Formats: sequence, C-alpha cells, structure tokens
Amino acid sequence: MIKFFLMVNKQGQTRLSRYYEHVEIHKRTMLEAEVIKHCLTRSKDQCSFIEYKDFKLVYRQYAALFVVVGINETENEMAVYELIHNFVEVLDKYFSRVIMFNLDRVHIILDEMVLNGCIVETNRNRILAPLLVLDKVAEN
Amino acid sequence: MVRLIYCEMLGYESSFGYIHAIKLAQQGNLLEKRVGYLAVSLFLHENHELLLLLVNTVVKDLQSTNLVEVCMALTVVSQIFPREMIPAVLPLIEDKLQHSKEIVRRKAVQALYKFYLIAPNQVQHIHDKFRKALCDRDVGVMAASLHIYLQMIKENSSGYKDLAGSFVTILKQVVGGKLPIDFNYHSVPAPWLQIQLLRILGLLGKDDPRTSELMYDVLDESLRRAEINHNITYAILFECVQTIYTIHPKSELLEKAAKCIGKFVLSSKINLKYLGLKALTYVVQQDPNLALQHQMTIIECLDHPDPIIKRETLELLYRITNGQNVVVIVQKMLDYLKQSKEEYTIISLTGKVAELAEKYAPGNEWFIQTMNAVFSVGGDVVYPDIPNNFLRLLAEGFDDGKEDEQLRLYAVQSYLALLEEEEAFYPQKFLQVMSWVLGEYSCLATDVDPEIILTRLHRLLKKTVVTPETKAWIMAAVTKITSRTSCSNTVHKIIQEFSTSLDTCMRQYAFELKHLCEDKVLMKNLLPFDASCNDIVVDASLSFLDGFVAEGLGRGAAPYKPHHQRQEEKLSQEKALNFEPYGLSFASSMSSSGFTGRQSPTGLSFGSDTSGNSAETGHRETNSLKLDGVRKLWGRHVSDPPVSQSHQTASLSEEEKEKQQLASTLFVGLGSNAGVSLMGKADMAPQKFRRKSKMNETQNTEGTPDIQNSAALALGPLLDALPGNEEGCEGVQHARLREASLCCSDTVEDSLASEKPQSLKHGLDNKLLDSRLSSSSLFADSNIEIFHPLPSAECESASKTLLAPSLPGELAKLPHSEVVELCQSDDLALHSCKVWTDDSLLLAMFVSNKNTSALNSVNLVFEEAEHFQIAESPAYHFSVIEAQSMEYCQQCVQMDKICTQGILSGSISYQSEMETCLQFSIILSLLDFIRPMEMTTEEFGKLWLSLSNDVKQNLKLSSSQDSFSAALNTLQQKLKLHVVDIIGNEGILACRLLPSVPCLLHCRTHAGMLAVWFRSPCSALPDCLLYQCQKVMEES
Repeated sequence: MIKFFLMVNKQGQTRLSRYYEHVEIHKRTMLEAEVIKHCLTRSKDQCSFIEYKDFKLVYRQYAALFVVVGINETENEMAVYELIHNFVEVLDKYFSRVIMFNLDRVHIILDEMVLNGCIVETNRNRILAPLLVLDKVAEN
Repeated sequence: MVRLIYCEMLGYESSFGYIHAIKLAQQGNLLEKRVGYLAVSLFLHENHELLLLLVNTVVKDLQSTNLVEVCMALTVVSQIFPREMIPAVLPLIEDKLQHSKEIVRRKAVQALYKFYLIAPNQVQHIHDKFRKALCDRDVGVMAASLHIYLQMIKENSSGYKDLAGSFVTILKQVVGGKLPIDFNYHSVPAPWLQIQLLRILGLLGKDDPRTSELMYDVLDESLRRAEINHNITYAILFECVQTIYTIHPKSELLEKAAKCIGKFVLSSKINLKYLGLKALTYVVQQDPNLALQHQMTIIECLDHPDPIIKRETLELLYRITNGQNVVVIVQKMLDYLKQSKEEYTIISLTGKVAELAEKYAPGNEWFIQTMNAVFSVGGDVVYPDIPNNFLRLLAEGFDDGKEDEQLRLYAVQSYLALLEEEEAFYPQKFLQVMSWVLGEYSCLATDVDPEIILTRLHRLLKKTVVTPETKAWIMAAVTKITSRTSCSNTVHKIIQEFSTSLDTCMRQYAFELKHLCEDKVLMKNLLPFDASCNDIVVDASLSFLDGFVAEGLGRGAAPYKPHHQRQEEKLSQEKALNFEPYGLSFASSMSSSGFTGRQSPTGLSFGSDTSGNSAETGHRETNSLKLDGVRKLWGRHVSDPPVSQSHQTASLSEEEKEKQQLASTLFVGLGSNAGVSLMGKADMAPQKFRRKSKMNETQNTEGTPDIQNSAALALGPLLDALPGNEEGCEGVQHARLREASLCCSDTVEDSLASEKPQSLKHGLDNKLLDSRLSSSSLFADSNIEIFHPLPSAECESASKTLLAPSLPGELAKLPHSEVVELCQSDDLALHSCKVWTDDSLLLAMFVSNKNTSALNSVNLVFEEAEHFQIAESPAYHFSVIEAQSMEYCQQCVQMDKICTQGILSGSISYQSEMETCLQFSIILSLLDFIRPMEMTTEEFGKLWLSLSNDVKQNLKLSSSQDSFSAALNTLQQKLKLHVVDIIGNEGILACRLLPSVPCLLHCRTHAGMLAVWFRSPCSALPDCLLYQCQKVMEES
C-alpha cells in the first residue's frame, strides 16, 4: 500500500505531493521537510530504502529532483522503486521539456497509475490515453 | 485553480477555494472539469461536508454520452466518495461494467474496489460481477479486479480456493508473454501484475497443500523466466520467494528460492542486499539453516556503513535469537541503539531487547544489566509496559524462591551502585523503577545500611530535574523503607523539608510519613514486606460504614437513594433544572473517600504508571552509565566459546578471526542441531524469564501446524466411512465443521448405532439428562458447570452407543441451536451448541471421551478473536475424563467489534498415550448477538430522534412476501427483531446488540419495494444488519 507520493527538489521545495491517506496540512509540511532531510543526508552508495517511523521511504534521484514514495510493510520496495522509474519514463514521453508548470497534468498521469495507494496501471500508452484526448479537445 | 493546488501543496491552507473547485467540476469545459475534479480529490477528505455537493455532478457525468466525462467521473469516484451516497451511483456504475470500452470497464471496477474498501456490505450482491471482470477479455480490467480479490482473500482465504486455478492460469499466460507487447516494462511482461498475482497465490496456498500443488509449476516458471538482470525482475523474484515460503513447502522450489536469496544477499548492489536481507528475515523462521549458510555475509552487514542495512540485519537476528546467542545479539542491538537518534527506532528496538531479555536471559546479573541499559538508553520513550512488566516479574518471581531472592538482591545492589554517582542523570522511568525496587526489596541487602539508601533517595528528591511524578515514587519508597527501620535522621530531615514544600502532593506525603512514623504498628500493617502481588481486598459495599448509616437513619435521616432513582424523581417533579453534575460528584466522592485516603502512599505508587506525558526526551547522552560486565561478553572475551569452526581459521588474519568467532556465537543455537526447526529449539530451551502466563500460548503455537494436518488426515477416512449420513452432514466443504445435528435428530444416531433398539436409547438419554440436571442445579451459580462422570453402570451401557451430547435442563428450555460436532479424533470428540439467552450468547461445549480408558489432563482453550470477547478465563481444564463419559462446560461470548460473521477458534489438548491437540473453530454470526428489544411507540420515537447513524436502502419484495405483514414477519423471525407497531404500510421494529446497543428499523412498502431505514448509536451496526436483512429477504 502506497501512503504518499512526493516530488521534491534539492532545495527541499515540494514540487508535487499526493497523499493516499488524509493528512492535515501542517503535518504534511512537517513530514515533507523531514522526509527530504532524510533523503538528502544519504549518499549515492547507500540503499534507496529508508525506514521512517512506521513506514518505509523509497526514493530515487533524477538530477536535482527527488521522487519519494512512502509505503507500508506489505509493499515490495523494489517494485515501487521501479514504479518511480516507470512514472518518470511516462513523464518523459509526454513532456519533452520542463514539467514545472504543468502540475495538473502530472497529477492526472499519477492518478492513472496509482489509485487509493494501489498500482493500477503501468502500461504507458494506456496511462497517457485519457490525457491525450483531453489535449485534443482543448486544441479544438 | 492550479495555483490554488500549488498553494495547498506548499502548506498554505486555501479552504476558501474548495467550493470553487466543486463549481469548476460542475460547469467548466472538459479540461477545466478534469482540473476541478483533480482539485477536489486533492483538497477534500472522505468525510468533508462539501463532498455531498459533488454527488450530483458525478451522477450527471456518469450518464453523459461523452466518454471522457464518464471516465473522469469514475476516476473521482474511485478516489474519494462519501460513504452514505454510494447507493445513488452504484447502479450506474454496475451498468458501466458492460460498457464496450475497456477503459470504462476498468475504471468501473476500480470504483467498485473503492466501495468495497469503504463499505463492503453494500457491494455484497455483486460478487459474481467481480468474477466476470476477472474473466474479462481485456487485461486491464482483469488486473483491476485483482485488487478486489487480493483484499477479499486477505479477509477470508478459504472462500476463494476455487479461483486458485484461474489465477495460476492467468499468471502462466502473463509469464509466458501472451500479453500485448505494450504491457512490457523493459521487456518484462507486466511485472506489477505478476507481483499482484504472486501475492494472491501466496495467500491462497497458505497451509493448504492441495491448492499449493497447483502453483508449483508456475512458480518454477516465474523463477526461471526472471533471470534477466534488471531491478524489476528482482522485485518479481523477491515476491516469488516470499510466496514459495508462504505456501505449503516443496523441497525443489525451496532450494531454488534459497539460491535466489543467496544471490541477493551476496550482491554488491546495495538495494539488492537489502532485499535479500528482508527475504532472509522472512524465511529464517522456517529454515534457520539458510541463515547459517550466509552467516559471514550477515556479520559483514552488521558492520555495514549504511545504518538501514544494519537495522535490517538486527531485525533478522531478532528472529533467530535463542537461549544461546541472546547475549551477543542483545549486545549488538544495544550498540546500535546507542548510535541511533530517531525516536521511533529506539522505541521499537528497546521493546525487542526487553522481550528477548525476558525470554532467554541466561542469568540474573545479565538480565538486570540489560534492563538497566534498556531503561537508560530508551529513556522515557520506551513502551510503558516494559517497566511494568519488569517490575511485575521481580515481584511475582518464579517457582524457585531462592532465585527470586538473588535476582532482587542483585537489582538492589546494581541500583545502589548507579545512584552512588552524584552527577549521573537517569531518565524518569528508570528512576521510578529504581525507587520502587529499592522501596520493596532494599532490606534484602543486609550489608547496606538503610540510612545510606535513604540519603541517596533524599538527594534525588532535591534535584530539580526530577519530575513531581517521580518524586511521588521516591517518597513511596522512602515510606516503605522507613517502615522497616528504626527512626532515622534522614527521614526526619525529609519530613521537615517537605512539610513546607510548595508542591501540595509532596506536602501531603510528608505529613503522612510523619504520622506513620509516630505509629509504627500501623505502619507495619499498612506496608507489609513483599506483598506487592497480594491483592488488596477492597470492601466495595462499604460495609464498615453500616453502623454510621444505621445511626443516621435512627436519627431520622432519609434513606439513601441511588443516583439514577433520584434523577428520575427530580425529573418528574421539575423539568427545568439539570441535576447531573451534582449527582455525579456526589457519587464519586462517596466511593473514593471511604478507604483510599489512608492507603494513598502505597496505592499511588502502584497506580501511577499512567504518565508518559512528562517525558523528557532531550537527554539521551547518558554515557556515564555503568554497564560493567556487559561489554566484555562478546568479541574475543566470550566466556564459553563453543567454537565449532575456529580450528579451520587458525591461519586467518586477526580481524577475520574475530568475525568468525562472532559468527559462531551468533549462530550457535542453529548450528548444533541442524534440521530441527528453530522454533522448536527455542521453546525447549529453559525459559525461566518468561512469565508463566505466556507458557500456554507458546505451547499452542508450537503445536498448531501438525495438528491441523493430522486433524485433516483423521477426518478424511471418517467422512468416507459415513456415506449414509448425508442428511446430517451439512457443509462438508469445511472438513472440520462437519455438522452432526445430534440434539434433535434421531436419524443420525440411528445410522451410527443402528443395532440398538430405539427405546433403550431413549431411556438412556433420559437418564443422562437426569444426572445432568441434578449436578447442574448444584453448580447453578457458577458459570462453569462441570459434570461428574456417570456411574459405572451407565457407562457400560453407554459404551455401545455414541455419547449423545444434549443440553442440561435449564438451558434446553432456552432457544438454542443444534449440537454441532467441532472436531474429533479416535479418543475424543468435541461438540458445541449455541444457546441464545436473554443477555448473552452461551457456547455449550461437550467433551466426550470415546475411548475405553480415561483421558488425562484435557485442556480446552479459546484463542483470542478479533471480533469477540470471551467473558472469563478462556481455558478449561479437566484433569481426568473417565472412559465413555462426557464433560460439559460453557462459555459466555460477547461481540466486541461488529461484523456480519466471525470465527472463534481454539484448541483442545489431551493426554492419552501421547499428548494430542485438536483445533476447532466456531462460526458466530451477528444474529447470534441480536435480541429483540421491547418498547412502546413513544419510546421508539424518542430514541429514534436521539440516534445519528443511519442507513437507508430499498429492497425488492419477492412474490411470496407480497403482503407487508408477511415481510415483517420474516424479519421478526429470522432477525429476531421486535415489531413495535404497524401503521398502514409503515412499520417500526427494534432490536439490540448484546449487551445493550439498540438498533431501530423503520420500514414501509412502496410499489413492490421495501424501504428500510436503520438507526443506531453504533455506526457499523446498521450496515451489518442491512446486509443480514438483504440476505433474509432474498432467501425467503
């Protein structure tokens, strides 16, 4: 079960956050700050899974951007680790440039992949299908 | 709107914009609509009130002809939807399951999954549609349905065994690459789908050899296919290994899985290493030899620079701890603890250390030292039951009185040594433990002058860092010590000092101490030595006040009326004023003032374990703590090195040698008896530090697996041998729950013992009944009624027929179920019967000895169940059950957590030629706990308005219940509801869940439908009752 999905840059600013369990806003900021602190203190040759409180963090670094996923005991760490990569590949396919200003679209993509903390779709074409339709309609 | 999302993400509350998000979802064009929905799902939570405004939009979009709109609506439904509004969209979503586009079907299944999560009862009726989704021609739809199945199988794996074949086939196809190419991820076919399937298979195959049989091939195949070196294949392999070790074992697969783990652990990639350790931790409980193979790697991991790896290794070590390696492992854990700063880690690790120390401690000294370390490192964040358990252990002691004495003496000595240092700082909880132990047992240390102890405690009292709560503990200790010594100067000093203290609590203690000092005899009585375990007898009826009351009455005072009675009278006289606060305070002062005042010094010291708030977590750098004797226990100084390998390693470098030695101490318990399972070994080791009450539990867990197997085996031939009994046997699929309705049906008895003339048997039954009646009246008051063995004459005649269990007279008059056989072996049979009394559910248990010789020490134990609460002790013990006789006992069960159906399981063990243990389980339904509730229409009205949780639903009336009263009749009979009133086509009914949770039902007919409306103070009850209601209506 996935608890939250975060994208944070190296300066510790949140670029995207999605929680699959309700967390109050001020607690979110605190949690995000601590999570990124944990990730930043780790070097490249340390493992990408961190135990944090009663759940685990799986993180992956892409240049200056960290993608951090919080999961509970039942989830397979490696599978989530690869899910992050899959997600980034999808983003890569859809946006050819910077994604900072397209928060809504990133969210829509993420919603297609993860629902209620479960991985629901990993097929790249299918993930992008609804969004491409939306774009086409918007153009017309 | 996107900016608003951004604000919220950065942590600024933007609740003013929520309503606009909903508006946007209602009105905008397609893209805006999507963003609106997105914002809603990000901003709001499940119970947000604004969510209700969204329902209408969702319904509209679901009916839209535009595919995109439908998809959006379905997405938002599966993300966030109010529970109460599910009926409004459920039919629409069910329709979408037949949609021609796969994406719509897929999203509909996802929405149903969400509904299943938040309100499983409301989707009960569409389970067959899930099956259809599982067989959908599109992979995505099938994959979506897997989530539902995983959840359902987690809750009840036995109900879906028949689907195991389908899951295996699906996995085979996926692994074989039969899916469209775009499902591949780095040329691995649908990896996440594989993982999901493997998880389901693991759950299905657990403890079930027959289902596991189906899976071996496909698991082997997946292991083989996943040989490409890529992260995602590792993830699949990990899942495979886990599944292989969960299901019924097969040696070839185990071997392959073990090889796989080896590859992981030895890998240079750190993530893989982690995964390998995790797998090893999972596996090691079943196969400790695997840990042996990798012992050197594990040792290396222990010194790994990455703390996460270290932590995982410790977890692994925790699982393989036994009596022989506990010293080293605990030392390793403590080392890690000292470096760790994170609170959560400290809490969980200290808990583990304390558990291990309690379970396997090799000696008193070591135990006390370890616990000292736990308290000083863990500080005030440790679980509150660690100090409590520790103190209880000291106080209750073990079987050997001498050992206890030594343990306590050692504890006292070590604490005195610790307190000697003036500048040392200890956490509050540790100080509390110390002061309690010193107070109770300091006089065991005869060579120490009590004056010294008192001075040390006095010094503590003066420190400012000590919290008031701890001070109370210390004062209690001082009082206890004083009671055993002659008057000392220090005590006087303490009394003087604190009589003027600003802290009222301390002042109170000081005064108490002063008065007690003046009356030594009273003090001795009040504070007896080593009596902490003896229960203080409290006179709850306050009988010592009787004289006072009589005197008062004699002077013409009004007799005391209980609180509720007074309230009622007041209410009937004048309705304007509320007397509640006055009444409440009076009642509480009555009960407390009488006897607690005098005993407060001791009473408080026992009772004040509540704290936790005053935790001071900032000071964990307690280097000054003396841990003498602990440190030298590992490494080269191991006191008793069972070196099995050292002769091979003579030539190795010094460092290597050290590691080897560490390894041999770590794995000592495992190596010496390869092949014997670790659990078994661990339990055989002397567990002197384990509390006695835990003993039963361990024996149970130890015995379970083979019992289940043997029970299944024993039943197999039995079922075959009784072909004529079909009408008596219902539900043969639950092999162990073969129902033999012996109570009322002569047919079964006939077929079992057909030679016997019927009349004889009747006579016998009567006799049995008579004898039971007489003894049951003897024990009528106690809850457990034990029958004495029947006279031998009857035994002989009974020996030819099977013992027929029947209820004792009083119970037989109450409504009860048929007597059901729970389990049986060659020697013994267990039957049970549910008796629905007015205020509880009684389980009548019959243990019958079928053998010709007596059975010894029969133990009947109920396991703790999630949903149920067992009234008294969950275990019964019969020292002897005579040949061919039957014992009877009963157990009162309450429903703790509401569910439609739950399982209460337990085991019965006995001694014949060898110790045997049988498992049984009883299915209890919600209806077993429902009783009619009598009330008038006015009362109903009042209660109805005061209740908040409600559920409404329309049920279809079948043709047989076309009349309204017929439908109500069904409800009354099947659900045990009480019909309060019927007015026209409306009816009101009431029932209660034991002991006294009411549930009201209002129903009316309307065009062939029955609209039911439940209300109850408990939120889960209406849901469950509604489900029962649906079932009843469908059946009839």
